[in-house]
Amino acid sequence: MSATAAAPQSQIGRVWTRFRRHRLALAGGFVVALLLASALFAPAFAPQDPTLLDTALRFRPPFADWAHPLGTDELGRDTLSRLLYGGRVSLTVGLVAMVTTVMTGALIGITAGFLGGVVDNLLMRFVDTMLCFPQVFLLLVVAAFVPPTLLSISLVIGLTSWMEVSRIVRAEILHLKEQDFVAAARALGASRARIMFRELLPNAAAPILVAATLKVASAVLMESYISYLGYGVQPPLASWGNMLTNAQGYFDTVPWLAILPGAAITLTVMGFNFMGDGLRDALDPRLRMDP
Amino acid sequence: MADPLLKVSGLEVHFPIRSPFLRQRVGTVRAVDGVDLEVGRGETLALVGESGCGKTTTGKAILRLIDPTGGSIRFGGEEIAQHGPSRLAPFRRRMQIVFQDPYASLNPRMTVGGILAAPYEIHRIGTTADRHARVAELLRTVGLPPEAARRYPHEFSGGQRQRIGIARALALEPELIIGDEPVSALDVSIQAQVINLMKRLQAERGLAYIMISHNLAVVSHVADRVAVMYLGRVVETAPRETLFFDARHPYTQALLSAVPEPVPGRRRARQVLQGDVPSPAKPPKGCHFHPRCPIAQPRCAEEVPLPRVVAPGHAVACHLAAP
Repeated sequence: MSATAAAPQSQIGRVWTRFRRHRLALAGGFVVALLLASALFAPAFAPQDPTLLDTALRFRPPFADWAHPLGTDELGRDTLSRLLYGGRVSLTVGLVAMVTTVMTGALIGITAGFLGGVVDNLLMRFVDTMLCFPQVFLLLVVAAFVPPTLLSISLVIGLTSWMEVSRIVRAEILHLKEQDFVAAARALGASRARIMFRELLPNAAAPILVAATLKVASAVLMESYISYLGYGVQPPLASWGNMLTNAQGYFDTVPWLAILPGAAITLTVMGFNFMGDGLRDALDPRLRMDP
Repeated sequence: MADPLLKVSGLEVHFPIRSPFLRQRVGTVRAVDGVDLEVGRGETLALVGESGCGKTTTGKAILRLIDPTGGSIRFGGEEIAQHGPSRLAPFRRRMQIVFQDPYASLNPRMTVGGILAAPYEIHRIGTTADRHARVAELLRTVGLPPEAARRYPHEFSGGQRQRIGIARALALEPELIIGDEPVSALDVSIQAQVINLMKRLQAERGLAYIMISHNLAVVSHVADRVAVMYLGRVVETAPRETLFFDARHPYTQALLSAVPEPVPGRRRARQVLQGDVPSPAKPPKGCHFHPRCPIAQPRCAEEVPLPRVVAPGHAVACHLAAP
C-alpha cells in the first residue's frame, strides 16, 4: 500500500522489528519471495516447454535424471516446468483476485462506514446475503456461465470474496470518522469524497494490507479448487489445480504427480498466511481477523 | 451590540433517543436548548460551564459540524443555520475551529505540510508553489520552523501539535475561531505559550474568538465577555470583570466559588451545590437549575426564566437575581 510506504521511516522501522521477531512470518515471507521469483523467471528455470509432449518418457519418477528433475506426467510433460508455469498462473490469479477483492471490499466498506444510515444497512445486508452462500458454490455457478480465462477466473474469485474486507474496513472507518481530524476537514469544507479517500482510507491501510496478504492465499486455494473441478484454468495451460485433476487417476501408482502440486499449493498458502499473520501482529497487535 | 459578527438566537440541538430494536423515537436529549450569543469583531467570548452542559455542541452547531434542530445563526448578517454544503462553503473560510485534543485533531497519515495545504486544496487557492510558500508562512506565524512541513504529527509534542492545529485554523484567514478547550489537554507551562500565541494573533489579525472552557483561570486571562452555560442554556452573560466581581446568577456564583485561590491559606466562602447535574434527556421543568439552587422559589419550578438585562452588557436568566 502506498500509504504505508509514505509513513515515516521510524514507523516502518518499528514494524520491521516486530515482523522480524515473528519467525514463521519471516519464513513465510521468504517462501513468498522465492515463489514470486520462480514465477517471474519461470522461462529461465524451466528445463523445457511445459506443454511439450513426449509419450516415450511417460511417468518418469523424480530425481531420476537431469533432463526431468521432478519427473514427467502421464503425457510425458516435464513436471518441474509445469509446476513453475502453474505457479505463474496461480500467483497471477491470486494477485489479481486480491486486488479485486481489496478494491471492492474497501470501496463498499468505506461507503457503508462513512455514510452510515440506510446506505450502511443496505450494503451490510448485501454482505450478509453474499456470506450466506458457500464461496465454492458461488464460484461454480458463475464459472458455469463465464468462459474461463485467467482474467475472468481472477475477477470471479475476487468478486466472491470481498465481504470480509468490507467488514474490516467498515469497522475501521466507524472508529476513525469520529476523530477530530475528520471534523477539522469538514470545518474546512472538504467534500465527502476527499474525507473518505484522503483522510480516512490511508488510516485504514494497515488492516487492508493484512487482509490483502491473507486474501492472496485464499485466492490461490480457490483457483486450485475450481481448476481441479474443471471450471478453472483449461488444459493444456498448466495450473496446480488441473495438475491435481490429471494426477488423480494415477494416485495409487504414481503418487508424486499429486503430491508435488499439492505441496506447491500448501507451501504458497502457508507462506502467505504466515506472512499475513506476522504483518498483522507487526502493524497492529490489536487486530484480529478470522481466516 | 450594534453589528455583531455572530449572532446566535434560540439555538437548539436536540438528539433523538431511539429504541434499540424498532428505532422509534423514545425521547430527546436537549444538548442545546435555546442558546443566545453574540460575538463582535475582534472580541473574545468565553463559553464556560461544566462537562456535558452543551458548550462544545453549541460550538460545533455554530460551525455547522452538527446540524441545529432549531434557532438562528447569523454570521456577518447572513442566516446560515439552514444552509446546505454549497452555500456554506464561503462561511467555511470565515470561521474555523481549534480542537481540544491535539493528538486526535491531526491526521496521523499526513505530513504537517499536507495538513496545512489541505485548506488551500479544498478551496482551490493558489498553485502548488504558492501553497508551499503559504504553509511555510503559517508555520512561521505559529513559531515552528519551515522544515516541520515534511514531518508527521507524531514527531511533535502536544504544544507543537496545538500550534499546527492553530496554523490550520488560520490558513483561510477566518474572522472567527472557535477554540474548543484549546489548552486544557496541555501542560500548564505550555498552556500560557499557546494562549499568548492566540492573543497575539488576535491583536495582529482582528480575530474574534469563542473560547469554550471549563477553566475559569484561563477565561479570566483571555475573555472580553463570558457566557455561562448550564444544562443546555446560557444562564448569565457579562463582561469579564462584571462576571468575576458581580455575578448575579446563583449557578455562576457557585461556579466562581469553586475556583482555587492562588494564595495559599486564603479561603473564600465555598458554596457547594447539592446533587448532580440532571440528565439533558430529562431536564427539570422551569429553570433548569432550580433543583440545585440554594435560593429557589416555587415559581422557579414552573416558569422558564428569560435573560434579563441587569446592567449594560450583563444579562441574567434568573427570576430572583437582583436588578
